[in-house]
Amino acid sequence: MQSDFDTSDCYTIEGKLALPYTYFAGRVGSRFITTLRDQHKIMGVRCAACDTVFVPPRQTCERCLGDLTDSWCEVGSRGRVVNFTVVRYPDRHLPRPVPFVLAMILLEGADTPIVHLLEGIPPEQVAVDMAVEAVFAETTTNTIRDIDHFKPCDA
Amino acid sequence: MARRVAICAAAQIRNEANIWYQRFQGMLLECFESLVDQTGLTFDMETGVRNVVTCSDDVFDARTISDNGMTDVVGAHYRGEEKMAQDGLNGLGYAMAAIMSGHDDLVLLLGHCKESQSESRHMCTNLAFEPFFTRPLGLDFLSAGGLQARAYMTRAGLTEDHLAEVVVRSRRLAAANPFARENAAVTHQAVAASPLLADPLRELHYYPVTDWAVGMLLCCEERAHEFTDKPVWLTGFGSSMDSYYLGERDLAFSTALQQASQRAFKMAGGVDARDVGLFELNDAAAYQMPLWAEGVGLVPPGDGARWLDADGPDRHQVNRSGGMLNGNPLMLGGLARALEAFYQLRGEAGDRQVDGLERALAHGTTGPAGQHHAVLIMEN
Repeated sequence: MQSDFDTSDCYTIEGKLALPYTYFAGRVGSRFITTLRDQHKIMGVRCAACDTVFVPPRQTCERCLGDLTDSWCEVGSRGRVVNFTVVRYPDRHLPRPVPFVLAMILLEGADTPIVHLLEGIPPEQVAVDMAVEAVFAETTTNTIRDIDHFKPCDA
Repeated sequence: MARRVAICAAAQIRNEANIWYQRFQGMLLECFESLVDQTGLTFDMETGVRNVVTCSDDVFDARTISDNGMTDVVGAHYRGEEKMAQDGLNGLGYAMAAIMSGHDDLVLLLGHCKESQSESRHMCTNLAFEPFFTRPLGLDFLSAGGLQARAYMTRAGLTEDHLAEVVVRSRRLAAANPFARENAAVTHQAVAASPLLADPLRELHYYPVTDWAVGMLLCCEERAHEFTDKPVWLTGFGSSMDSYYLGERDLAFSTALQQASQRAFKMAGGVDARDVGLFELNDAAAYQMPLWAEGVGLVPPGDGARWLDADGPDRHQVNRSGGMLNGNPLMLGGLARALEAFYQLRGEAGDRQVDGLERALAHGTTGPAGQHHAVLIMEN
């Protein structure tokens, strides 16, 4: 603070933003989530023009601008870790007590890795290239958290 | 031929950890009054400021339409007022376009952010992620930075020692800047011993919570002499947006920054990184300084570690200000870079002055792990 700043009549008040929302998931997002929830299948879309399987799926390829609405393909619920971080700062928006691992996981048949929680292994033992598989949630949240987490598996 | 545009004056308050004792309006007012004092600018509807661009963020301000609570303070009453909710460097590009096109002769630009206002800036940046695939995982800009740090450090061979050196240098250089956030000087050992936040990122690898406000007066070439005898010309601007999902990007090399740079260089008359005497890069984290140096074409892709080992940042005059890493708030990291380049090109950078400088590059990012990039070329 500037040493000569007059702080008389300087008063702070507490506030909070808390506003419930209802989000439309989009047609493509809705199908991804309901398929994940009801069938425990992870779906991507393939752009034939650039031969890329995108997970999460989307309606349009941002690279080729092609319509991918009917280009669904199932990808595996297993994959490998291509990158990870260990979250160690506690905060209210985090899904787990720290420390926990956020990993980028390339699912079998997909070209774009997704980010998800990696559990069942101490953070210091996580390594790039390790094989992992999805553990589906017992209770739905209608989000990507219908996969509860990924855990290590045999390659 | 479009008109040339200059920054004629700039004003700022000091970057601080917690300006609890001022509203953001008060922070902006200090900048505004300084600009009026420096230039004698008026709000005459014929010859004065008729357009104001403000830079702010709704979530950090905890109010939507975050510009509407300050229009009186920044002289926007009954004038054009438009808000930039990306890094403020884009506001500079926007103001530049307004003048080049002939829409305005003068534009006043003001930006603010009080990171200290929220309980957690990471909760703020978690809201940059959509609510189905990424936000529920707790992703925020810090954890996205942790993922990018690992990807880039692996690709470029960066070690903890490299990161420590970037931090120590940042703190040392910022100490010469009277408007820089006041931080303790740190040693390499202190950096390496600071707590891990998002592996491999440690606390001192990441910019500290900062509050700040800044203002600039931009003017067309024909009238710049009314406000200054040292105009700084904005000769090139480019921007580029990368993919939204982290998994669709190459986190270890920014094609978006490469594209933004090439667009700015082309607009500035076909120059390239070799023609630039000062680089101010928007390094929210230590690993980003070499990563962005690769993106702007200063360093070959993947050569970041070798560049650091060869004293590259000092040889190429990169982040002489200490960079964002020393402390500027999110949304203003790039605008702070342009401000530093402005002082350097005017010969007003004091102890950190680079001699004989003719051209500088300022860089800003918006979004997690540098999703969007803007590059501005400035000349004296």
